[in-house]
Amino acid sequence: MEFTRRDTLALGMGAVALTVLPFRANAAADDAIAEFTGGAAMADTGVTLTAPEIAENGNTVPIAVEAEGAVAIMVLAAGNPTPGVATFNFGELAGAHSASTRIRLAGTQDVIAIAKMADGSFARASSNVKVTIGGCGG
Amino acid sequence: MKFKAMTAVAALLLSVPAMTLADPDEDALVVNGETEYVTETSAPAHLSDVLDTIYSGWRFREDETQALQMDDFDNPGMVFADLGLDQWNKVEGEAEKSCASCHGTPEESMKGVRAVYPKWNEAAQEVRTLAMQVNDCRETNMKAEPYKYTSTEMTNMEALISIQSRGMPVDVAVDGPVQATWEAGKEIYYTRYGQLELSCANCHEQNYGNMIRADHLSQGQINGFPTYRLKNAKLNQTHDRFRGCIRDTRGHTFEAGSPEFVALELYVASRGNGLSVEGPSVRN
Amino acid sequence: MAEGVKPRVKAPSSAAAGEAVVLKTLISHQMESGQRKNADGTAIPRSIINRFTCEFNGTSVIDIKMEPAISTNPYFEFEAVIPEAGDLKFTWYDDDGSVYEDVKSVAIA
Repeated sequence: MEFTRRDTLALGMGAVALTVLPFRANAAADDAIAEFTGGAAMADTGVTLTAPEIAENGNTVPIAVEAEGAVAIMVLAAGNPTPGVATFNFGELAGAHSASTRIRLAGTQDVIAIAKMADGSFARASSNVKVTIGGCGG
Repeated sequence: MKFKAMTAVAALLLSVPAMTLADPDEDALVVNGETEYVTETSAPAHLSDVLDTIYSGWRFREDETQALQMDDFDNPGMVFADLGLDQWNKVEGEAEKSCASCHGTPEESMKGVRAVYPKWNEAAQEVRTLAMQVNDCRETNMKAEPYKYTSTEMTNMEALISIQSRGMPVDVAVDGPVQATWEAGKEIYYTRYGQLELSCANCHEQNYGNMIRADHLSQGQINGFPTYRLKNAKLNQTHDRFRGCIRDTRGHTFEAGSPEFVALELYVASRGNGLSVEGPSVRN
Repeated sequence: MAEGVKPRVKAPSSAAAGEAVVLKTLISHQMESGQRKNADGTAIPRSIINRFTCEFNGTSVIDIKMEPAISTNPYFEFEAVIPEAGDLKFTWYDDDGSVYEDVKSVAIA
C-alpha cells in the first residue's frame, strides 16, 4: 500500500492522538457526578486534586485531595472500566479536610474530584494523568 | 513522494522527539527525616574500566515514587516486614523452635547480615543467598519445612532481615572462595540472551539513564531488594526480577534459586558495593 | 478473615489538646478488582475492602467508601483533631464480611 505525504501525516497524527486522548470517555462518570451533586452547578475552585502528570505505573498512582470546609470529596477516574475511586466523608474530628491515597488507572485519563461543601454547594477539579504502557518492566 | 505504509508510520514515530535523556536525578534519599542513604558513590575497583559512578535505582524513579520510600509508614513494603516479624516469632517444625529461639530479636542478631550476602558458607562449601541460608536454618535447626524460594513467606523474611542492614554499605566479597562463582556471574551479566539478544550490560551498563520505551533504565543495582514494585503491588526478590528481565529478552529463563541466578546475584550485588542497603525499597 | 491481612498505622503517641495530627494507615490486602481474568478467561471475582473508618473516642474522623480502583494494600493519609486523651480506632470492612481493626492510644502532652 502506498501513501502520499499527506496521508502519512494524517495517519501519524491519528496514532499520536490515540496515545494522549482519554482512551475511554466514560458516561458512567457523568452519571456518578450527577448522583452526587443532584445536578447542581460546580465551582472550579474550592477543591484541589494533586496527581502526577505521568504515572510511573498505572497500578499504583499516588493522589491527594483537599477542600477546606468540605463535608465530602468524591474521586472518579473517567477512563477506568468503572469510574468510582473513593468518597472521603469527613467527620466531626477531621483535621484538615484532605486525604491521600494510591489508585489504579487503566490508561491515560482524567481523574476528577468533586467536593461537597458544608453549605450544600459543590466544587470540581480534574487532572489529566498519562499512563504509559510498555517498557521492559519484566 | 510516496511511502510504503509501515515505513511511513515508522518514520513518523522516529521523528517525534524521543523522551529526553533522563540521567539519574539529584535527589537525596533521607528516610523518616533522619537517616540519609548513600545512593551515589564511586564504582568499586572491579568496575573501574566500565563505570565511574554507581547509582541506586531510587535515583531513576519519579518524585512521587521516590517519596513512597522516604517514610516507613508511606513505604508499602514495610507491612510485609511486619508479617515477616510474625513469622520470625512463630514456633514451627519438629524442633519446636522459632527464629527467635536461637536468634533473639532481628535487631540483635541480623544487623549487617544482608549487607554481605550472597556469601560463602564454609561448612557447605558453596555461595549462599539469604534465602538459601534461611531455608538451611529452617530445615536443619528448626526441622521445619523450607519456604518456597520466591514465596511470600521468604520475601517477608528477606524484608525483615534487610531492614537490619539499612543504611549500611553493600559489601560482598568478590575473591577468595567465592571467586569462581563471581566469575560465572560476571559472564552471565555480559552474555546476550533471548530472541532480542540482550545482555544485562546492554541496558544497565551501556544505557542506564536512557528510556527503553516507557521505562527509565537504572543501573540494575540490587541494593534495594527485596523491592515493592508498583507494577505488581508486592515485594519482589532479585531472582524474580532476573527472571522477568530474561523473559523480556524473549529468552528461556533460569529458575529462581538456580546456581546461575545465585552466581548472577553475587556478581550484581558486588556492582553495588558502597551503596546503602535500602530494602525493602519502592520501585516501579 | 483473609490470610496475611495486616494493618500498619502511624499515629502519634501524644498530642497537645486540640492539635491536628497526621495519620498514615496501610493494610495488606489484595483488593481483587473483579477486572482480572483467570488463565481460562473467566473473571476473578471482586473481593475488596469497601470501607475504611477512623474514630476517636467514638466520634468520626473520616469514613471512606472504597471502590476497586483503590490500589492493592490500601493506603490513606489524613488528619485528626485530638481534643483529649483517648483511642483512635481504625476499621476496615471487607466484601467478604471480615472486619479488621487497629487501635492507637493518644495521650495529651
